[in-house]
Amino acid sequence: MAHMDLTNKNFDSVIGNGVTLVDFWADWCGPCKMQAPVIDELGDKYEGKVTVAKLNVDDEPSIAARFGVMSIPTLIVYRQGEEVTRRVGVQSMDQLETMLGVN
Amino acid sequence: MPDAVVIGGGPAGLSAALTLRARGKTVTVVSAGETGSHLYKAERVENYPGLPGVSGKDLLSAMTNHALAQGAELLHGRATSAMPMGKGFGVAVGSDYLDAGCLILTVGVSMGKPYPGETEFLGRGVSYCATCDGMMYRSKHVAVIGLCNAAAEEAAFLRSIGCQVEYFDKARAKQYEIRGSQTVTELIADGVSYPVQGVFLLRDGVAPDALLPGLALEGGAIRVDGNMAASIPGVFAAGDCTGTPYQVAKAVGEGNIAALSAVKYLDTKEN
Repeated sequence: MAHMDLTNKNFDSVIGNGVTLVDFWADWCGPCKMQAPVIDELGDKYEGKVTVAKLNVDDEPSIAARFGVMSIPTLIVYRQGEEVTRRVGVQSMDQLETMLGVN
Repeated sequence: MPDAVVIGGGPAGLSAALTLRARGKTVTVVSAGETGSHLYKAERVENYPGLPGVSGKDLLSAMTNHALAQGAELLHGRATSAMPMGKGFGVAVGSDYLDAGCLILTVGVSMGKPYPGETEFLGRGVSYCATCDGMMYRSKHVAVIGLCNAAAEEAAFLRSIGCQVEYFDKARAKQYEIRGSQTVTELIADGVSYPVQGVFLLRDGVAPDALLPGLALEGGAIRVDGNMAASIPGVFAAGDCTGTPYQVAKAVGEGNIAALSAVKYLDTKEN
């Protein structure tokens, strides 16, 4: 699976385990459309090693608010539930790999 | 998908578009509006060969019409980010995005340093694009710092989706500072505090290395070789953004070289 979709129900349990990269996005956001295929490619490339996930900020505004996400796309890497690093704006494959510390 | 996307609708970009069309390539020019070009503001241009004393506005409009007549597409909007994607590039323009076979950056020179708090709160209340992030601020108090002509339009958009907008144009304040804790809580404008949850900073352009991360600069200008190729394969640059002199003739010449190099790049890639 290229990416996992997060909701209020599974968010904490997913990010609580191992390393997770979350793409905060919405339908109306052009740069998010540009980010989407890169996220799926990342998910395929690191399947089994890293959880690659997306959170729709329109569907789950409370989670976006909890992490102070106010521009999208915002990409956040969590390790065992703790935020490790975040970037705002579209990120290339290289940049995402740098965020994950895998390149 | 156009063969090339040109970011910037000044003389360098229009010259590049014209040459691309002459070589049979499709091209989309992304422009934030002609009034953002330095040429538009020039009352008289004395040293452009053949057109002594032409007004900047007339020259720019003649160049725009020429490029359009040759089949260049013009897209009105502000490019906020670009990156290599697959075999080409993706360019985000407002809430849309474009694919391109190659990129020509003719973004001009952007003035000014970031305001205190700007970088720290980017994505946590500081935004460069109302149409991209506006929906996150519905029913909230926001400030718009309008440093470009499209800013009033973007402020109107924010109002239309239910934001309460405090608008600052160039005349209203000079010094800004953005403060907050996890996210933005206030804007200080010329010493006066405004409680806001968001600050939209709308400039004519974004810095080239913020637009396209990884792009090499030299003294603030985009580093190019003699063929106007930038440090990322498939990316070319021309005009003021590659450095001085800030002259129309130089911009037009570089736009021509950049386009010819882009044509060579596209043809090599195809084969």
